[in-house]
Amino acid sequence: MAQPRLTFLVPALVSGWLLALGQLAYRIARHQLGANPIATALNQLGLLALTLLTLSLCCTPLKLTLGWTWQMRARRTLGLLAFFSALLHFVMYLGPDQGFDVLEVLRDIGKRPFIAVGFLALVLLVPLAWTSSKQAVTRLTFPIWQRLHRLVYPIALLACLHFYLRVKADHTLPLVYLALVLAGLSIRLFAWWYKASQRSARATPL
Amino acid sequence: MAKLPPAPKSSELTPPELYARRREFLKQGALYVATSAAVGVGLSGLSRLGSADPPQKPPPPPAPAPGDAPWKIERRQSYVQDEPSTPYQDVTTYNNFYELGLSKSDPAEQAFHLKPRPWSVRISGHVKRPQTLDIDTLLRWFGLEERIYRMRCVEAWSMVIPWVGFPLAELIKRVEPTSQAKYVSFTTLLDPRQLPNQDSNVLAWPYVEGLRMDEAVNPLTFMALGLYGAPLPGQNGAPLRLVVPWKYGFKGSKSIVDIGFVEHEPKTSWNRAAPDEYGFYANVNPQVDHPRWSQASERRIGELTRRPTLPFNGYAEQVAHLYQNLDLARHF
Repeated sequence: MAQPRLTFLVPALVSGWLLALGQLAYRIARHQLGANPIATALNQLGLLALTLLTLSLCCTPLKLTLGWTWQMRARRTLGLLAFFSALLHFVMYLGPDQGFDVLEVLRDIGKRPFIAVGFLALVLLVPLAWTSSKQAVTRLTFPIWQRLHRLVYPIALLACLHFYLRVKADHTLPLVYLALVLAGLSIRLFAWWYKASQRSARATPL
Repeated sequence: MAKLPPAPKSSELTPPELYARRREFLKQGALYVATSAAVGVGLSGLSRLGSADPPQKPPPPPAPAPGDAPWKIERRQSYVQDEPSTPYQDVTTYNNFYELGLSKSDPAEQAFHLKPRPWSVRISGHVKRPQTLDIDTLLRWFGLEERIYRMRCVEAWSMVIPWVGFPLAELIKRVEPTSQAKYVSFTTLLDPRQLPNQDSNVLAWPYVEGLRMDEAVNPLTFMALGLYGAPLPGQNGAPLRLVVPWKYGFKGSKSIVDIGFVEHEPKTSWNRAAPDEYGFYANVNPQVDHPRWSQASERRIGELTRRPTLPFNGYAEQVAHLYQNLDLARHF
């Protein structure tokens, strides 16, 4: 019965996220982001989105490997916060960075793999955010919902690629994120394979 | 007998431990506040990795050595129209100098490692007078000039900087290259004690850049010893750096120890690291995009909207003739 004591977790994640955004807004307002505040804010929002997305992908592997369950309550919230951060990241790029020049942005998306990859990741996040409620699971039925939400792995890989392509020389950080995503993915694949092999072992007549 | 309302289901009953204990509520509250704060600080910290905030106060300009006369600047020329110079704070805290760290704020913070005195510069290769010069000798050879130039970074931002120095052409005249010298190379100091990030291998050290001889003797090509009337701070490439205003900023080698007169095109650092992204010429060109981003516009540091990028960074009149027979899309 440890669960009821975690009721604070989801509200705390949301307000923590709001605090992080508030802190960024404060530093923009106080001119603390340096000579190129738009680029800095853009980078920080992007990294915030990738961090949250990666954290959301750590929940299930932690359950599978260590047997922890508390973090499963945070998974949906982390995913949604990742989506909203990615949306803010895009709005920052569209507005302050490109001056709402939609044509130029479309041209950018068409011409540049780095931007196309990031944009694709954001677009693919939309159906996942849209179907994040419990009702959506019932409406879609669990197997379909589950299949849809497996998209989060390709999305996370696209996000890592977007980050990797943006960096000029030092690829350490994008590779760290990529490693985390791949580790989570391998744990899930291994668990899936293990379960399937157990099932087929049981199904084999003696 | 009056009908009683149905008894509430046992699952709807408030558990006695919650109902009875106000403490639990307080505990949840405290946990909520603490977790919010931790998540806020954690997310904020993680999202700032790789793009750290700049120092709030720029390091003061390096003081001239005792006994040094303050710089006498003999000529001041502006090569920009109605564009204010970028504030000293921004020019000295937003830098790409990978030998001092990869983030924009690292060079200003790590510059104290770099000791610009004593300093000598080797003039090597095909010259009639190969020699090693003390930086102060070099300072006395030429009258100091101020030149206000636009500086366009390959990352699509730009500044306007009042440099102090002398035209490279004057130095070249003085050292007399032979006819074999077709290119000039500019090599940065190799010394991980002074340039700590040379311990990493993001680029092949020492940093090397180069120019074709006709580019090197163009009157715009400038050797900077200072900016804003004072000696260069370490993060801007003290004590001597190259400034080629019609090319992307990475062409300007910093903290130069060797100027070589060579027969073949030098193997330059960024070109070696990513030949499809950074060419030898690196002329500012809004028509030729970087493979990963557009070069059509730029953000002038301090401005909120982007401005169109000009061919040759606005210096086409002075330099376009150098490239008449060159396919600039191929030789980017």
